[in-house]
Amino acid sequence: MKQLQKKRNRTRLLLVAIALLAAVSGIFFIRSGQGGEDKEVYQNIPSDDDFDKIENGIHLRTGLIAADGLTEVVNNCTTCHSAQLVTQNRMSRERWVATIRWMQKTQNLWDLGANEEIIINYLVTNYPPLKKGRRAALTDIEWYALEP
Amino acid sequence: MKRRNFVKSTLLGSMTAALGTDIVFGTLMPDGYTPLALLQNTDPFQLFDKDPQMVVLNNKPWNIEAQAHLLDDNVTPNTRMFIRNNGIIPERIDASKWTLTIDGESAKEPKTYTLVDLKTRFPQYTYQLTLECGGNGRSEFDPPAKGNQWTVGAVSCANWTGVRLRDVLEDVGFNKDAVYIGYHATDIHLSRDPDKEPISRGVPMAKALQDETLLAFRMNEKDIPMAHGYPLRLVAGGWPASASGKWVNRVSIRNKVHDGAKMTGTAYRVPCESVAPGEKIKEEDFCIIESMPVKSLITYPKSGATFPLGKKLQIRGHAWAGELEVKKMEYSIDFGATWKKCAVERPANRLAWQHFTATIDFPKKGYYEVWARATDSENTGQPMVLPGWNPKGYLNNACHRIAVKVT
Repeated sequence: MKQLQKKRNRTRLLLVAIALLAAVSGIFFIRSGQGGEDKEVYQNIPSDDDFDKIENGIHLRTGLIAADGLTEVVNNCTTCHSAQLVTQNRMSRERWVATIRWMQKTQNLWDLGANEEIIINYLVTNYPPLKKGRRAALTDIEWYALEP
Repeated sequence: MKRRNFVKSTLLGSMTAALGTDIVFGTLMPDGYTPLALLQNTDPFQLFDKDPQMVVLNNKPWNIEAQAHLLDDNVTPNTRMFIRNNGIIPERIDASKWTLTIDGESAKEPKTYTLVDLKTRFPQYTYQLTLECGGNGRSEFDPPAKGNQWTVGAVSCANWTGVRLRDVLEDVGFNKDAVYIGYHATDIHLSRDPDKEPISRGVPMAKALQDETLLAFRMNEKDIPMAHGYPLRLVAGGWPASASGKWVNRVSIRNKVHDGAKMTGTAYRVPCESVAPGEKIKEEDFCIIESMPVKSLITYPKSGATFPLGKKLQIRGHAWAGELEVKKMEYSIDFGATWKKCAVERPANRLAWQHFTATIDFPKKGYYEVWARATDSENTGQPMVLPGWNPKGYLNNACHRIAVKVT
């Protein structure tokens, strides 16, 4: 939790810095480009409450399923790559473990310590393999009238 | 020109290339300021000038694919070209200072060229080259394969302009023991470890020396877009697109199979012998993917078309076969019970995809699937079910199909 708090503070700082930069340069552009026309620059800064918002069981910021182990997964698995690389995949325990070992061996992933079991349980519970067979039926077809 | 201004203007140039649009009032931009659009979590459609219907699979690293109907153009425009990245796109590129070094155990001596050297000292060629991600179609494998879950849209065929890699390698000179070339590039490892390369692959000398293997600096008559390798890309059509290194600044002539990142282990490799789905395979029993298999895509109409009985349906699309040519193209509206021929054009040049068309009569109302099947010049066709399972989910060339309803 401490780590997450730290990360939050850092992100907040970064957001403020970006907003400031954008605001300053935005005003600068308008001044020099449009002869000082009176325009305000609005910057959308996500409020603190939204940062880890969960809707319909999904952690909005990452797209991960909100369940036990979410915080550990966010903190350890989304530093180098996006959470989309997790949510796209479905694997057995053995293969999730093998993936972690591969990242540790070749991709600079650190020792996960006590978090490893929590992370693996989260992945196996929420992203297990699905049976697809040798060729699945076409689904999610959006029907439309073909123009003559 | 003062140095500071010079740096700013070249940086602006690369930012402009990344955005695919001019930065308005860019010259007024404060020093050291990165436009919001270049930060990782921004709108990729604007950032890379992509069609809004392109599908983002991963935003770090950026991996974006097309849908079948977006690939209808004969020559794929940037807006509809898939992006596959293993690392982070280079953050600062100055084309005026860009160099390409040729080195390696089998090079006579290392030699370095500027972009101007390449453009002025060697003849230039333009080819339409099919680039398909080795993992295109991965999403269908069972048991599921690890990685970005590409469906059908990680393929393109654009016009690439550059110099022949062969001409440059011959200018440097290489020894008889040369077996492979390996590229190195300026993209950044996801961990930001400067000692790691995200990807450094290559091809055997025979492929490196082909007429169509280019060191390209233009795509579709313009500078290559940032996401596709600006300012210099190795393009080896018909092979997994990972062999076509982006942002290339070094090519090593090796006296052994190149052993860079994603050349070894199980990356871009399949079991040498076919295996049962889910079977465990030892690393030494994997072989490097070379030419891609025969495949085709129906790009018109978009899946889901409904139309009245009596209307003839025109279909069209593209077919390609790695190093080979497509010699026959067929469609079926009865799940493969019967096949009818499509008209298929010859390729614009070797390694370009080929265009096919057909006109279909439907016998009665109902739900149909239109299946497409290409056959290559060695008489190998596409399977209707998934081809041989492999742990990393490469080479899925199963027939493409669309759903239609006759009302």
